Amino acid sequence: MSGWDRFLDSFFNAKVAWEYLPRIIDGFWLTILLALCIIATGLAAGLALAVLRSLGIRPLTWLIVFTVDLFRALPPLVIIALLYFGLPAAGLQLSGFAATWLSLSLVLMAFAEEIFWAGITATPRGQWEAARSTGLSFLQTLGHVILPQAVRMVIPPLTNRTIAITKGTALGSVVAVSEILGAAQAGVSFSFNPTPLTLGAVAYIVLFFPVVIAGRWIETRFAWKR
Amino acid sequence: MSLAQADARPVTGPTARPIVEARGIHKHFGQLHVLKGVDLVVAERELVFVIGPSGSGKSTLLRCLNRLEEPSSGSIMVDGIDLLDRKTDINKARQRIGMVFQSFNLYPHMTALGNVALALRKVQGKGKAEAEARALAALERVHLADRADHYPGQLSGGQQQRVAIARAIALEPRVMLFDEPTSALDPELVGGVLAVMRELREDGMTMVVVSHEMAFAKAAADRVVFMADGRIVEEGPPAQIFGAPRHERTRAFIGQIERH
Repeated sequence: MSGWDRFLDSFFNAKVAWEYLPRIIDGFWLTILLALCIIATGLAAGLALAVLRSLGIRPLTWLIVFTVDLFRALPPLVIIALLYFGLPAAGLQLSGFAATWLSLSLVLMAFAEEIFWAGITATPRGQWEAARSTGLSFLQTLGHVILPQAVRMVIPPLTNRTIAITKGTALGSVVAVSEILGAAQAGVSFSFNPTPLTLGAVAYIVLFFPVVIAGRWIETRFAWKR
Repeated sequence: MSLAQADARPVTGPTARPIVEARGIHKHFGQLHVLKGVDLVVAERELVFVIGPSGSGKSTLLRCLNRLEEPSSGSIMVDGIDLLDRKTDINKARQRIGMVFQSFNLYPHMTALGNVALALRKVQGKGKAEAEARALAALERVHLADRADHYPGQLSGGQQQRVAIARAIALEPRVMLFDEPTSALDPELVGGVLAVMRELREDGMTMVVVSHEMAFAKAAADRVVFMADGRIVEEGPPAQIFGAPRHERTRAFIGQIERH
């Protein structure tokens, strides 16, 4: 067998591909589910923290900044391992899915808070003053005037960070979540052939390419009308 | 002139009733003593012009009048409400005090109509239809009803400032504060804004204007207040301040601006 044939047989083996495709497809849906859960909780928690920080209560702000810096500093895999292998010692056993979801949500929350906060502080002071001068309360001003502008401003970095962290779902394979990578690795072990990894790569492209395109669409959609 | 016509014309000129009563206002920014005991009383229907060199504290004084700046000491009554009383609902009080800013500060994500309607809905609790009808009426008063669905980015500076005026007057305030309303405008756009302000005055609006538009002050102001170094140096009718200033500081300032 020539080198080229060996290469094709290893990575593009039709028989293996056909056999393990159903598992990769299962992993594909699991990855989507995990990613959606992470995006929903991570962004919501990040926005909530940014709003709490804008209240300007000193001890609360310090607590938020500390938490955010902690989860930005820790590698996501370390958090997943801590929650999955560490918590049982404290009497709490999380499933691999729950540990991955919680860990990546915390990481996305931390980065999203910083991004939302940057948007809030970058919104001109005059917007606050104009809104407050018409009698809107602090929270009404935040909700109706500041956040709509702040969020629009930060959509590009927010999209990037969300995509980057959602790709971290692959880390779930370490704690026995059979998302795309987990399913592919299992396939490799059973078949002694790396073709399932090729399928996995294709699955990731099929999954994330539309997300990247959607990110671009959102950026255009929310630009100011001029 | 028939009686009906006479009634339709509002009474111009100030009444005896004070709308704004600021007494002994001091303001410190850290070490900086920006206002050093300012008294300003504005009567109903009066148009008071505040002039002075930059750093004289005139904008700070104006911003104290709706508590965008918190005075360090002193008292401020607006339309009978004690503005500095902790028990005063400041959001409620601010509906009676319209403010227009140098940089317009329109909300860029809302149309002109949305800008004007926001506080009508969220502060005054009016329904969508009523808020929009009132907002449209306010835009009509600044001659921009035809631009109601334009976003701020699609309007000229002068049009934006007029929408900002509409946003303030839609709440039917008892007094309007103008903080250098034409300073950020190209010269050819100033006229439209001043025309709207003149119409407001003819409708009997009480106004406090910080501005460098001296021709407008001469023509429209009831009283001109000259500030320097955090104090009111001199005040009086425009003819006195511009024609025969009594204080040396006033003379020097008027001399400088007249030379332009």
